[in-house]
Amino acid sequence: MSPALHEFLRLDLMAMLAGTLAALTCGLLGNFLVLRKLSLMGDAISHAVLPGLVAGFMITGARTSLPMFVGAAIAGLVTVLLVEVIRRLGRVEPGAAMGVSFSILFALGVVLIERAASHVDLDADCVLNGQMETIFWNPPADWGAFFTTETFFGEAGVPRQVWTLLVMFGVACAFVGLLFKELRIAAFDPELATTQGIHAGAMHVGLMVVVASATVASFEAVGSILVIAMLICPAAIARLLTDRLSSQIWVSLIAALTTGVVGYLAGARWAVHLGMPRSLDAAGMMTIVAGALLVLAIAFSPSHGLVARSRRRRRLARTVLLDDLIGALYRAREAGHDTIAPEALTETLHGHSRVTRGAAMARARGLIQAGKESLALTDAGITAGARVIRRHRLWEGYLVDRAGFRPDHVHDPAELLEHLDEPGVETPAPTIDPHGREIPGPDAAD
Amino acid sequence: MTIAPDTPTPRSPEERIARSVLDARPEHSADSPLSVHAMTVAYHRKPVLWDVDFDAPPSSLITIVGPNGAGKSTFIKACLGLVARASGRVEFWGRPYEEVRARIGYVPQRESVDWDFPVSALDVVAMGRYRRIGWFRRVSRAHKRAAMECLDRVGMSALAHRQISQLSGGQQQRVFLARALAQESDLYFMDEPFAGVDAATERAIVEVLRTLREEGKCVICVHHDLETAREYFDHAVLLNMRVVASGPVDDVLTHENLHRTYGGRLTLLAEASEAVARAARGEGS
Repeated sequence: MSPALHEFLRLDLMAMLAGTLAALTCGLLGNFLVLRKLSLMGDAISHAVLPGLVAGFMITGARTSLPMFVGAAIAGLVTVLLVEVIRRLGRVEPGAAMGVSFSILFALGVVLIERAASHVDLDADCVLNGQMETIFWNPPADWGAFFTTETFFGEAGVPRQVWTLLVMFGVACAFVGLLFKELRIAAFDPELATTQGIHAGAMHVGLMVVVASATVASFEAVGSILVIAMLICPAAIARLLTDRLSSQIWVSLIAALTTGVVGYLAGARWAVHLGMPRSLDAAGMMTIVAGALLVLAIAFSPSHGLVARSRRRRRLARTVLLDDLIGALYRAREAGHDTIAPEALTETLHGHSRVTRGAAMARARGLIQAGKESLALTDAGITAGARVIRRHRLWEGYLVDRAGFRPDHVHDPAELLEHLDEPGVETPAPTIDPHGREIPGPDAAD
Repeated sequence: MTIAPDTPTPRSPEERIARSVLDARPEHSADSPLSVHAMTVAYHRKPVLWDVDFDAPPSSLITIVGPNGAGKSTFIKACLGLVARASGRVEFWGRPYEEVRARIGYVPQRESVDWDFPVSALDVVAMGRYRRIGWFRRVSRAHKRAAMECLDRVGMSALAHRQISQLSGGQQQRVFLARALAQESDLYFMDEPFAGVDAATERAIVEVLRTLREEGKCVICVHHDLETAREYFDHAVLLNMRVVASGPVDDVLTHENLHRTYGGRLTLLAEASEAVARAARGEGS
């Protein structure tokens, strides 16, 4: 194997794997937090486990032991219960209950660390930022000796953090895979779930147990900040891009995978090539990548995105301008002016430039013949104009007959409503509007 | 959730006498889909329902009517065990809720769920069948077909694959109704199914209610509109913390009873509806 590949396997692969597995696990579970509007719960748990970690640590005196994990998991559960108790007894919203619980527990953790600082080696920094860069692997440098038990399970084999995260990811997949339907109904309609024997409260606690375990398993490797980002960002990205829970979950996993791989490589490898003096914190870069993906999703989501929304708005504005222009020309025609000078429409269409733009659009669609000094409807234009005016006058009639408007107050609202469908009217449809003008028939000028 | 004991220990002699009187009431019939006996519910020590007794006649459409805050939704939720009862007993066909869960359907208020949730109308209707499907299993094609038929019954099959946020309020309510049908229950609780729906949906709901009655099922509906209550339902329960009156709808929704239920606050409403009812009777004769 080439030295470069060996170096990658030795220094980067396991750290990247740990980060990516943490991202996948948290991203998967985050879907249900975001849906239940409990995004802050990840924040709460990941801070509040600190006293549990320290307590486990103080009891055993070692940093790589099971008691620490258990202590943290217990603290995570205590947080969940504390939030519930504060919410019920204090009658405050869940966000406030979470904020209070985790700040108290985190503070307790900090105090415990201070108290224990004399004889333990632990600081709050590594809880926040993790120690991804300290995860190494030591595989043999040639392929011949590579595929042995020693390489993967031995003393210098795949690090414990990666195994832990792998197991945790498996647990999370099994949890969501087996209970997908139950988690979905408990999140959507807890009362119906409960009446069907799927106790929504128990499902909530179950979910929180898994989230707490995932948080604890993840943050020794990647730190609590990344855990919070991973619980929220992939799910939020996927929420913007899909409208089914199952596809949302797949998209969130892809987003988490991308975040893990790209974020790690950007921090550990590409930063140097891009002229940074040294490699950057990989957990930090992963968080930034997740944030960047979320920004992209906000901008380009096909249904909720800014770009799609602005395109829809522009299309609507074009329809309105075209309707207004054609309608005005149709009215002029009714008054006996088959052609009309563009200047005469400046006031109706609110501005000379709008007249020019509308005329260009209408000509492109074959609705008008436009000379330099005059505009005239084509046959197609007359049909289109009749349709606009029909909608306008039907709406006027509707507003007077059904909504009780006075006839002299209906023009302006009808001016807005004419761009929608016709109102539902009795048959036969009226033929005269409230101002005594004829309403063009449904197949007018055909 | 904590479950309060069925009968709290009486503290005073008066209470003890009252309790013995309550206990002496006749046993409820096993035919009745729902028997509520001396049910009291309190939120934070403030009673919401007080000593409620009710027997639902089989195969009937029953409406629960009462002012805001009268405990109508609480009545339903307490029957279904969604809020804890302070005391009292609720039986379905003479048996406790846990044994007959599968025979009881529930339509919560439309506002009680998040309609932005990423599911289709069909997904929501299929939720009505989760109990049948059982834990851990996926929703099979047969169950999806059954859900589709229920959507068809409320005239919504064309919109089955829409995300629920893209439905109008009336359409959303119909999805909820289809979900209840998918439960294939014998007794339904519906919390304000007519709230804020269009005329077409109202007709569709009434149609479904009548079909259910013809099939021998029982529906208990919280309803706000006293006028249509007379038209749509057979039986009425006037509720204002206690049961003010219950029985056939024309016997119950009288001026006097409505006055007692709504108090001075809504006298106008009661009188107006009574006047309309008189006019309606006048037309009939």
